[in-house]
Amino acid sequence: MNVVVCVKQIPDPAEPGALTAAHTLDRHDKLTIDEADRYGVEVGLQLVEQAGDGEVVLVSMAPRGEVGGLRQGLAMGAARAVLVSDDVLAGTDALGTAKVLAAAIGRLSPDLVIAATESTDGYTGTTPVQVAELLGLPSVSFARRVEVTGGRLRGQRQTESGYDEVEVDLPALVTVTAGVVEPRYPNFRGITGASKKPLEVLSVADLRIDPSAVGAAGAGQAVLSVEPAPARGGGEVILDEGDAHQRIVEFLEGLKL
Amino acid sequence: MSVVVVERVGDEITPASLELLSGARHLGGVVEGVTWGDANVLAAQAGAYGASVLWSVGDLGGGLPGPVMAAGLATLLAKDGAAGAESGHVAAGEGGGATRVLVPHDYDGRDIAARLSARLDRPVLTNVVGLDADGVSEHAIFGGAQVLKARFTGPGIFVVRAKSFIAEASDGAPAEVRPLAVGDLGRIAEVKITACHVEEQAGPRLDQAPVVVSGGRGLGTAEGYEMIEELARLLGGAAGASRAIVDAGWVPYSHQVGQTGKTVKPSLYFAAGISGATQHMVGMKGSSHIVAVNKDPDAPIFAIADLGVVGDVHKVLPKLIEALKNR
Repeated sequence: MNVVVCVKQIPDPAEPGALTAAHTLDRHDKLTIDEADRYGVEVGLQLVEQAGDGEVVLVSMAPRGEVGGLRQGLAMGAARAVLVSDDVLAGTDALGTAKVLAAAIGRLSPDLVIAATESTDGYTGTTPVQVAELLGLPSVSFARRVEVTGGRLRGQRQTESGYDEVEVDLPALVTVTAGVVEPRYPNFRGITGASKKPLEVLSVADLRIDPSAVGAAGAGQAVLSVEPAPARGGGEVILDEGDAHQRIVEFLEGLKL
Repeated sequence: MSVVVVERVGDEITPASLELLSGARHLGGVVEGVTWGDANVLAAQAGAYGASVLWSVGDLGGGLPGPVMAAGLATLLAKDGAAGAESGHVAAGEGGGATRVLVPHDYDGRDIAARLSARLDRPVLTNVVGLDADGVSEHAIFGGAQVLKARFTGPGIFVVRAKSFIAEASDGAPAEVRPLAVGDLGRIAEVKITACHVEEQAGPRLDQAPVVVSGGRGLGTAEGYEMIEELARLLGGAAGASRAIVDAGWVPYSHQVGQTGKTVKPSLYFAAGISGATQHMVGMKGSSHIVAVNKDPDAPIFAIADLGVVGDVHKVLPKLIEALKNR
């Protein structure tokens, strides 16, 4: 079974996010694999291991030929990676990204496409299902368990009140929640081997995508302004010296709950 | 005009869709809803909250709403542009701005918006927390720390976070029910639901409770969550959780408050052992009052808490529970 895992390479999530003058996410620093994508890589690796054949291919779109995050996924055990990197992609929105990823994934004809439910930096949360629509694939979003037997995917999909059990034949796309599996830590061999694994870098022209459909020009919305949210000031902070509960009770009584 | 995705649970429209119908009504212009299944049982409720017409894509046949609803919406929007006038449909541009599609920010809503976006070749804006009649939308970014304002160039698809609008019924007549034909969608609509599981929780619903008590990693173990449930019971509230302990498997996902979980705006939000990751804060910072207990004095949650207690939840909470029991 061949699995494509979509990997987003993002700025360090521990650093506060910032926007460029053009109101796009600032990605000038070194990029790293989105932690949310490690779950997808792990699910892909487990499914290929269970199937006994096939491979996991990582697909990513990033500026400046950035491959740091892809190497992290390769170190976990993915066989190879495909990066789409092109200056004309600067300012591309979620749908434009989906077009690029769909074109890159379509060349690979995988049995299964896996992505995270949303990225940690932009959290638009629409790109994977846009990819599914563009590729004509059925999708199971927000899967918290994924199994494949006999070419049929069975999963548990989150709902507002619990979860549904769902089924669909492959090929298909799933988005997996954090916690679906425990992502493996790359071992030393994985890390040293990652730099030797095949990594293909493609341009927009390689994918035969019309440059006007992507980039800032292809984005059908204009950002007018970005402002700090109305500040919500902190209030009283006390150190518990054994009687803090009394202050909480007083506070609650003041609210007349 | 506004087209609202009307999600349902049985014979009831979900609170999130009622909010969007109300919000659309206040934005002005014609409001129409699109749902699935038997729309007749929803017509009175849809009309009261603002819809003049309620379209239905028909029975889902055990499938997920996403592909079918997206295809139905795409058909409806095409009608709106091309044959709008003769079908009695209102042309785009009426009521200020182009046609807007309002979609609840939940699991099915995101599927619908994503597929519709790809189908129409139109972008989608998510995490919308406000929208005006001129088509300018507000978005919470960086976990709600900043507000971004954007405008679509053309018809817009807006995925709106819960509680961005207030659900209010009017004296509107029942919506006119119309079928919305969706042809054979082939493979994209092949996913079938084989079983539904409801993870019941006692007490009021998390997103409707006047009080929410949430626990996080600071509880130390899954057993620590029992204190959260007890405190919620004593305060007549619901028990919530941070993503960290949901991912760790301590509590079901249905308890999660935050970006990927529920958005709550209770009168009182009590955060115990929660540091306040932006992921969490975006789901609860609209609460009227916030109390936080955390042992780390630098926890970001203290920056928005009305009352912050720097201390060990295992010491503070048992005493608080005892004091509330004796009250």
